[in-house]
Amino acid sequence: MTALSPASPAGPAPAGPAPAGSPPRLARLILHEFRYDLRCFRRNTQSMFFTLILPVLFLAIFASVFRNADVAVPGGRLGEAVYYVPGIIAYAIIAAAFSNMIVTVVRIRESGTYKRQRATPLPASAVITGRALIGALTALAIAAVILIIGWAVYGASIPGRTAPALALDIILGALVFCCLGFAVATFITSVDASQPVTLAIVLPLSFISGIFIPAGELPNWLINISAIFPVRPLAASLLAAYNPHTTGSGLNWGNLAVLTAWGILGLIIATRRFRWLPRSG
Amino acid sequence: MTGTAELVDSRLSGVRAARSPAGQGRPSGEPVIRVRGLQMSYGGVQAVAGIDLEVYPGEVFAFLGPNGAGKTTTVEILEGYRRRTGGDVRVLGVDPAGAGGDWRARIGVVLQESAPEAELTVHECVARYAGYYPHPRSVPETLALVGLDGRPGLRCRRLSGGQRRRLDVALALIGDPELVFLDEPTTGFDPAARRATWDVIAGLRDLGKTIFLTTHYMEEAEYLADRIAVIAAGRIVAEGTTTSLGGRDLKASAISFTLPDGVPAADLPPAVTACLTGHADGRARVSATSPLPLLGALAAWAHARQVDLPDLQVIRPTLEEIYLQLTGEPR
Repeated sequence: MTALSPASPAGPAPAGPAPAGSPPRLARLILHEFRYDLRCFRRNTQSMFFTLILPVLFLAIFASVFRNADVAVPGGRLGEAVYYVPGIIAYAIIAAAFSNMIVTVVRIRESGTYKRQRATPLPASAVITGRALIGALTALAIAAVILIIGWAVYGASIPGRTAPALALDIILGALVFCCLGFAVATFITSVDASQPVTLAIVLPLSFISGIFIPAGELPNWLINISAIFPVRPLAASLLAAYNPHTTGSGLNWGNLAVLTAWGILGLIIATRRFRWLPRSG
Repeated sequence: MTGTAELVDSRLSGVRAARSPAGQGRPSGEPVIRVRGLQMSYGGVQAVAGIDLEVYPGEVFAFLGPNGAGKTTTVEILEGYRRRTGGDVRVLGVDPAGAGGDWRARIGVVLQESAPEAELTVHECVARYAGYYPHPRSVPETLALVGLDGRPGLRCRRLSGGQRRRLDVALALIGDPELVFLDEPTTGFDPAARRATWDVIAGLRDLGKTIFLTTHYMEEAEYLADRIAVIAAGRIVAEGTTTSLGGRDLKASAISFTLPDGVPAADLPPAVTACLTGHADGRARVSATSPLPLLGALAAWAHARQVDLPDLQVIRPTLEEIYLQLTGEPR
């Protein structure tokens, strides 16, 4: 090794002597990828806007438009501003874990960066897990921000008995939409298509799932259709855990089962269809 | 990139002088790349139709061919990106189709098209890749090697095309590979950036790396390569050193000069007129596989007539001409 080096030998090796593929080395590589991916995300103003600022903006707009209205929820009525908090949390989780994931993964793949990384010893599992951690953590962060705004501005506090359910919903939702984001990204063949395709999936599902329009104001058949897709189960679970009229733990196993099934489907598609090489050209 | 033209020139001449004569001779040692009967078809269309290749340690091997000849397909099979449909391939003793991370740690790849993470700095980008390898080179040294040490804090999206290519080279070298693949490393470069990149590549040879280079520029192959192989329509049509490729060393030279005033072509010595290929515009052109006797006859004739031939030229066939003949590309 040193015979090949013209100057002094290489500096401190970031990689330990652990053989490739062994758990400590893989964990270190995942952390390594996560650190640099996070740095890229923080410096990307477009990602920051769509994942962190837009959901807060939506909450502020909906809450001020329907300032004095209230809406029927299971067990009673809720101020409309408070009603929108769990819905916008669902939207924010989807924006961070799903929409931003798709746009980022397609951009990285189509720019040849994955192809470039393929020529290195970096395993696919480190690439995917590092990226998924970014999606999940940004989703958790924006969910926390909206919860704090809901509490500080609209006086909505989370009942203690449903707080664990809320935390579970948020974490499960982030993981499920990460898997789905990776899965959908494998079908998109160009950077230009990723934003429109993402919007075409997220916006209609958000409208029929009670995120922008309260579920009680939607026709039953529409709600029944939306219950099959993953957005409605997440929104409904979050509302149940956030709603002060909810009795019991706020856990809806049926919703969580549908959500989990979607996550498993996404994971299977994502791992089977993951490609290092650009899909265009 | 940062150096002046003068500096680049002096570094290049130094590299030239240091170029080992051994590279021009017979290669020795176990081959780093050994390809036997490689075939690749895409849906019935044969892109590579059974090729053999050998690349030896410390060599700069240039792989030339027109677009669509099977060049990129072959390189991507060697790099482990694609699975072949037939033949045997060994790169560093391993079949790339089934190679793992340990093998990838020993190769470096510079792709034709690749964009670095736009929001990372040059230093961060290289440090990120350093983390993938068991025994990486030092980041500052590698940046210095490619001439990017002046701007380590520059965001990658602000890099020029030439700087990005240098970053690509740095990323390929950071793992301290034994074998480096360079796929059209200077396409789209201005002459100064091209020269500077050649300098970097020549520097890799001095580090003892084996280099597999593809290019469209004959002067690039001529300048850098120890050996050249030409692929056309999925087959190797010629292989040799830059001087011997396609029988270049045996091919005819072109001798040309302007006929002195009032001297018709018929007055030239018989040995010259016998080889005359044209003189319509008052400029005589002679083709000669053995130019020296003709030049002797021409000199004696001119001396006897007391005329001069001030624009006398002897031109060897260029590598480009040989290449175009081999690949059958229209001029």
